Amino acid sequence: MRALLVLVALLLVAAGRMAWAVDPATMPDPALQARYEVLIHELRCVQCENNSLADSDAWIATDVRRQIRDMLAAGRSDKEIKGYLVSRYSEFILFRPEYSWRNAWLWGLPLFLLILGFAIAVRIIHQRSLLVDNEDEADVSHP
Amino acid sequence: MKPRFLVPLGVFAVLVVVLFVGINHSREVGVLQSPLVGHQIPDWELPVLTDPAKSLGSRELKGQWYVLNFWGTWCYACRAEHPILLQAQRDARVQIIGVDWKDENDLALEFLAKLGNPYSLIVSDHTGNTAIDLGVAAAPESFLVNPEGVIVYKEPGVITAETWKREFLSRVPPQSSAPAATPGAS
Repeated sequence: MRALLVLVALLLVAAGRMAWAVDPATMPDPALQARYEVLIHELRCVQCENNSLADSDAWIATDVRRQIRDMLAAGRSDKEIKGYLVSRYSEFILFRPEYSWRNAWLWGLPLFLLILGFAIAVRIIHQRSLLVDNEDEADVSHP
Repeated sequence: MKPRFLVPLGVFAVLVVVLFVGINHSREVGVLQSPLVGHQIPDWELPVLTDPAKSLGSRELKGQWYVLNFWGTWCYACRAEHPILLQAQRDARVQIIGVDWKDENDLALEFLAKLGNPYSLIVSDHTGNTAIDLGVAAAPESFLVNPEGVIVYKEPGVITAETWKREFLSRVPPQSSAPAATPGAS
């Protein structure tokens, strides 16, 4: 049991180090570093598709991370940085699609389906309760 | 069976058809569409591979049709594309400018000496900044740029003999020859 715990602890430490190894670069200002961390987790690696920039060691991800650091250091806002990358790589680079009329169906459809499902469930429950009431009445009239 | 039980089945069938058609006929299957198509190419200027003291950029190429082809000696797909580019250069309808991306100059020159040079001129993007500014995700990628500097087409992968004819040559006027690009001193 103790050996297993030691093994798990070692694996966790190793995993932490591996995550660190993907992007060892840091920004001098902690506030910029915090924004940088958020940005690289919200943006996709355009070559590996299902990894964020933070998780990918592909050349292009390394270069885009450097570009983000340069833009942050130059005083550009998060919105400007995202806007620049979207203008080059399309919205594909965003893990979280923008709120826009074009994407309204994407954000609205789950809510619509939830409301639809709820309405169907209410209707079924209502119909079943009517059936039960009728049976009760039938039981009363014909004991 | 009551007809109302057929409704979910019908909805399911419609969904299957819609998703099948969507997945198989979408232009975006595995392909990143460039938002830059139809817009001015972002200004770029890079050192010439054979003479890094000189540079070439979008300004020098204004007024000419050209293809900007991102490649590298490390890129195996670029080797597959190479014979097509050599043939395209022999056709001489439109000049091809090579961007040697994230590469070493010596390796690039050796590669071209061995396999032939399809490019009017080659520039080097060692930092990868120009690639990002043009939304390049992987090599090879190619942009067809018109004399006004507008990107009229982007090939997000290997150019084949068929795509060269269909997507590139079909957009270039027949009278357009391929004047050699002249680099400027940086």
